[in-house]
Amino acid sequence: MNTPHRSRALLSGWGRTAPTAADVVHAVHPALVDEAMAAAVSDATGGRGRGLVARGLGRSYGDAAQNAGGVVLDATWLDAVHAVDLDVGRITVGAGVSLQTLMERFVPLGWFVPVTPGTRLVTVGGAIAADIHGKNHHVDGSFCSHVASMTLVTPTGIHTVTPVSEPDLFWATAGGMGLTGVITDATLQMIPVETSYLLVDTERAEDLDDVMAKMLTGDDAYRYSVAWIDCQATGRRLGRSVLTRGDHARLADLPDPLAGNPAKARAFVPRQRVRVPFTPPGGLLNPLTVGAANEFWFHKAPRHPQLRQPHHMTGFFHPLDGIGGWNRVYGPRGFLQYQFVVPDAEGETVRHVIERLAEVKLASFVNVLKRFGPGDPGPLSFPMPGWTLAVDLAVGHEDLDRVLDDLDELVLTAGGRIYLAKDSRLAPHTFHSMYPEVDRFLDVKAKVDPDGVLRSDLGRRIGLCSDADPLPRD
Amino acid sequence: MIDATGRPQSVLVLGGASELARAIVAGLVPGRCRTVVLAGRPSERLEAAAEEARTQGADVVEIVAFDATDLAGTPGVIDAVFDRFGDIDLVLAAAGALGDQADLESDPTAAAELITTNFTGLATALLAAAARMRAQGHGRLVVLSSVAGERARKANFIYGSTKSGLDAFAQGLGDSLVGSGVSVTIVRPGFVVGRMTEGMDPAPFATTPEAVAAAVIGGIESGAEVVYEPPVLRWVFAVMRQLPRAVWRRMPG
Repeated sequence: MNTPHRSRALLSGWGRTAPTAADVVHAVHPALVDEAMAAAVSDATGGRGRGLVARGLGRSYGDAAQNAGGVVLDATWLDAVHAVDLDVGRITVGAGVSLQTLMERFVPLGWFVPVTPGTRLVTVGGAIAADIHGKNHHVDGSFCSHVASMTLVTPTGIHTVTPVSEPDLFWATAGGMGLTGVITDATLQMIPVETSYLLVDTERAEDLDDVMAKMLTGDDAYRYSVAWIDCQATGRRLGRSVLTRGDHARLADLPDPLAGNPAKARAFVPRQRVRVPFTPPGGLLNPLTVGAANEFWFHKAPRHPQLRQPHHMTGFFHPLDGIGGWNRVYGPRGFLQYQFVVPDAEGETVRHVIERLAEVKLASFVNVLKRFGPGDPGPLSFPMPGWTLAVDLAVGHEDLDRVLDDLDELVLTAGGRIYLAKDSRLAPHTFHSMYPEVDRFLDVKAKVDPDGVLRSDLGRRIGLCSDADPLPRD
Repeated sequence: MIDATGRPQSVLVLGGASELARAIVAGLVPGRCRTVVLAGRPSERLEAAAEEARTQGADVVEIVAFDATDLAGTPGVIDAVFDRFGDIDLVLAAAGALGDQADLESDPTAAAELITTNFTGLATALLAAAARMRAQGHGRLVVLSSVAGERARKANFIYGSTKSGLDAFAQGLGDSLVGSGVSVTIVRPGFVVGRMTEGMDPAPFATTPEAVAAAVIGGIESGAEVVYEPPVLRWVFAVMRQLPRAVWRRMPG
C-alpha cells in the first residue's frame, strides 16, 4: 500500500483562532483519498495515528476542518466536472469544486446553485458537510435537499449514497461535519435562472418588532430574504435593520441595454476589488469604528422602500467576497461568529441576545437575521423553523467567553441550537443538549467508522470523537 | 482542545499541590477544563488540591505520583499521563522550592537537590511533554518562572539561578515549537505572599496567588509568551537588569 505524501502544516478556520498542526495530504486524485483513508485505518487499528478529516476552502469559522496531529485531506483538488445535463440542470462534480466555480460555469448557461451561503468560496463537499443554508431557506431548504447523490469514502468502503439508497448515511453526512467520511463527488440539482441579476426590495425597519413583523408577513412573497441588524442600537431603536429581499430577475425585468443583451445579462465574472494586505496588530474593529460603520450602513439604506432594483448576484449574495482576506481586520487574535436558531415562538431570545451583546459592548458589524423554513432529517443539520441570528465578534473582549456561555443557555432554554460550521467554543454537554439526535448520528458513524478514524478538532472539542482508547458506548 | 477564546479542556499540573497551581486550576475549571491531572509527591496537600478541583466541577481528577528529582522516571510518568488521558491541552510546570539561601550555601548537596527540582527535573518533564504535544499537534506549556530569575541576587541566587535557567530553557523551547501548534507561556511573578514565602517580609510589588492565577489565565487566553505579575515588573526589571553590579549587590534583602 502506498502512503500518500504528507506535509505538516498549521491550520485554522476562517476565524483564525486555535491553530493546530496536521499532516496535509493533497488529494490530487480520488485514488489518493482511498489511499489516505486506508493508511489512516491501518494506523488506527494499530493504535497509532490521529485519524483523518477532509478540508475544503477553510471557510468554517472554527475547528471543523482541522485535525491536530492527524491527517487533513486537502479536497480542493477534487475539482473536476464529471457530468452535466443542461436540459434538467443536473450536474455531477468533484467535492472540491467551489460554488464560485459552479456560478462562473453554469450561470451563463442558465443554471444557478440551489443554495448559497454568504460566501461563494466554499466547496461542494463543505456545503454538504455543513448542510449550508442561504437567504432562500424559507423557500428551498438547505443544501442537502438538492443533493441527489454523492460518493462517500468511509473507513469501511466506498458508498454511493442517495437519500433513497442509504437514507441514514445520507442524512448523517448532511451536516455531519466530515465525520462520516470523505465526500469525493456529488450530483446536484441546480435551479434555472434567466439572468445573473436579482430584483431586490430594500427597506428599513425601525426596531426588532418591526423587522420581525415584516419578515413574518412578507417573506413568503420572496425567494430570498435577509435582514442586516444594527446590533449597537439600543432602547427604542434596538434591532433597527435593513431588510433586503428579492427574486431572480427575468431578462424582460432588466433595464436596457441588459434586456437586449442576454449574454451580458447572464455574465458572471466575480472580481476581488481590494485585499486586506496584512493583519493590523490590534484589529480595526472597536465599538467606535463599528458604531460608525453601523450608522453608515443603516442610513445608506433608503428611508422609503426601494422596489425591484436590479442587483448583480455577486453583490446581493456575497458582498464580502469582494474583499480578499477580510477576516484579517479582526486582528491577530482572530474572531468568531455566533450563529444560533430558535423556534418561531422564541423571537424574544433574539432580542435578549442583542441586548446582552450591546450591554457588554461586544461590537459587531456583520449581524444577520433570517427566518428558516422547515429543517431536513439530518441529525446534526442546523436549520429548523424559526429565527437565526449570526454575529461576528472579535476575540479579545475580556468577558466574551462567559457572555457567550450565558447566551448558549438562553438559546438552549428556548429550544434552539448553535451552527457547528460557525462554532469554535461550544461545550460538549451544551452541544449534546442542543442536538438531541446526536446518538442517531453516532450510531451511523459507528457503523461506517467502527475504529473511529474520522476525527477533527471540532469533534474532539464537543465530544464526537476521541483519541483515547475507545470508550465503551451504551 | 483549546477553544477560540483560549480555554483548555484538560490540564496536567507538575507540582499539583503548589499554591499557585491550585489557584490557576480554580480559574480553569469553571471555564472548560474538565480533566485535571495533578502530578506531585503524594501528600495531604495534593489530595486536598484534587478534592478542590472535584468540588469546582471537574469531571476527571486524578493524582499521579511524580518526583521531579527522579530524572530517569520522569519521561515515563509524562508518557503514561498522555497515554491514559488522551490529549492534554495544557501542561502547567509549577513544581519548585524556594529554599533558605543560608542553609543551601552551607549544604551544597541540598542546593543541588533544589536545583534538580527547579531546573533539571522540570526541563526533563517539559521536554517529554513537548514531544507528546508536538505529536498531538496542539497544546500549551505554561512555565512558572520568577522575576528572581531576571537577575540573580546575592540574597537568593541559588533559587534565582534555577529560575534563570528554567526561563531561558522555556524561551528556547517556545521558539523551537513555533509552527508545531504548541506554544509556551512563561510566567514571571514577583514576590508572592503565600505559603512558600511564609514568615518573610514582602518585597516591593508583592502579589498574591489569586492575582498570579488571573494573570496566567489571561495570558493563556491571549496566547502571551511572557506574563509578569504585577505587570509593572516588566519595566522595573528592565531597569534593574541595567544597574551596575556595585549597586545591584547592595540591594536590600
